[in-house]
Amino acid sequence: MSAPRVGIIAIGQSAFQRRRDDASYPDLVREAVNEALIGAQLELDDIEAIVYSLSPDAMVGIGNAERLGVDAVGGRGKRFLRINTGGATGISSVAAAYYHIAAGACDVVMTAGADKVGECGDSQTVLNKIWDPTYERPLPLGTITMLAMSGIRYADKYGMSEEDMARVVVKNRLHASLNPKAHLRQEVSVDEVMASRYISWPIKLMDCCPQSSGGGAMVLASEKYIKQNRLDAVWITGVGHCSETYYLGDRMGRGFTADHADAYALKHSFDRAYKMAGITDPVKQVDVAELYAPFSNTEYHSIEAAGLADLGGAVAGVNEGRFSIGGAIPVNPSGGVLCTNAIAVTAMIRVAEIALQVSGRAGTHQVKGAKLGIASGNGGDHQFFGTMVVEA
Amino acid sequence: MELLKRREAWNITYTHALGETASWFFVQIRDNARIYGRRCGKTGRVLVPPRAFSDQTLEPTTDWVEVGPGGRIETFTIVYEEFQNLPPPPYAFGYVMLDGADTAIGGFFKGVDLAEPAKAAEQLKVGTRVITKFAEQRKGDMLDFWFERG
Repeated sequence: MSAPRVGIIAIGQSAFQRRRDDASYPDLVREAVNEALIGAQLELDDIEAIVYSLSPDAMVGIGNAERLGVDAVGGRGKRFLRINTGGATGISSVAAAYYHIAAGACDVVMTAGADKVGECGDSQTVLNKIWDPTYERPLPLGTITMLAMSGIRYADKYGMSEEDMARVVVKNRLHASLNPKAHLRQEVSVDEVMASRYISWPIKLMDCCPQSSGGGAMVLASEKYIKQNRLDAVWITGVGHCSETYYLGDRMGRGFTADHADAYALKHSFDRAYKMAGITDPVKQVDVAELYAPFSNTEYHSIEAAGLADLGGAVAGVNEGRFSIGGAIPVNPSGGVLCTNAIAVTAMIRVAEIALQVSGRAGTHQVKGAKLGIASGNGGDHQFFGTMVVEA
Repeated sequence: MELLKRREAWNITYTHALGETASWFFVQIRDNARIYGRRCGKTGRVLVPPRAFSDQTLEPTTDWVEVGPGGRIETFTIVYEEFQNLPPPPYAFGYVMLDGADTAIGGFFKGVDLAEPAKAAEQLKVGTRVITKFAEQRKGDMLDFWFERG
């Protein structure tokens, strides 16, 4: 069965910062929505459905903040869904918007949201609450410690060093310095990363994403609508999802189906998106990638799950510059999640940045000649993954 | 212009039911200082911590199997940063596959000097043998036990 084509006709994103004291939560959503509507040359009435992108409520400190956000997206009288798959929320939201159109239910759908992570004084406490109260939450688990433990297993399996982690930071900060929308835009050296303080061994301060505030929005439309209205678009040609079981300790020990070192379900998600897009050799066919990696070590297993390197092979690739702007397949030319993380929209921005890249509108961080790109999002403790292929 | 802020703290109380499987597990820890897993009848996998059903087969687990007290470190981290409402640093914790288990259970690592990160990490590397230690006063909780090298 061939799916009907769905295009991205506009995106909006804030210039992300730690705090935005000039803007309330709905103000930030509206900022991104306005930019997308201007880009699409549409009025609010042209949008038939809203997919609202919002991860854990406690991060913005407003229970069911989609209620407060409904006005900022012009939701009155429209179909409306809220999506939450943790860190994967943004790409799950783009997928849900895609499905509205691919199913033939709507011709024009907007997804939007915002986050104000910098307003939450206890983000690791909020994230500790994603673990069950019985067996795991009594331990001080958080997203940093959970992914530090992935890094420990990855290093043990493939020999990644702390300097190897630092080189991911150096690459992404250089990329972010070229992207006016990125939050952390200052270039750093390997020595500076190595000198930053330990947060959760082997992760140091500069190996971590920032807590960002800002909004994101995208407008998707059917091929029929795009042609009738002679709109510019790039096309979502592959959509994948995959889930993983709950317990972290089941991804180690004996007889596990997925090693916590790797991103097994992310690979399956990419396999699905690639199959749909007809990609058989990602190393040759993919021009650019925006991969969800909030800590430096996790970019390695994400590159491998995307099929851009063999298992354990991403380290050499980063060291050789293969994944830098100017290299064979730039990964996170925007600076990625490592430089900007407004959780509710982070994975949406991955897709939006790829849309900019393949349309040739990424400005100073443009990857020359990019025509086919991929994006991913990871949610929970490696439970929920989403992937997309976007083509010019 | 002057921009105002409003500070709020959420203080929400829950009383969570642990269910039959976890209750039996924690009573054994509290009363007898023993750790048990549940075996999946279909695959023979021993799940620790114990669950009523297998995540792989969805079949009910069939019997209790005592595991440990020895085991091997599967992963760890050492936290040096203070987070509000989490323990004061530094502390080390991670996952251990106890002898007789097929999956790993979380716990703190104690008895390692954490002052020098690289030296401490070497003491806790993947594959290190550990032994389970139990608190004298136990209340039936994950914090009733921890792991030490040995």
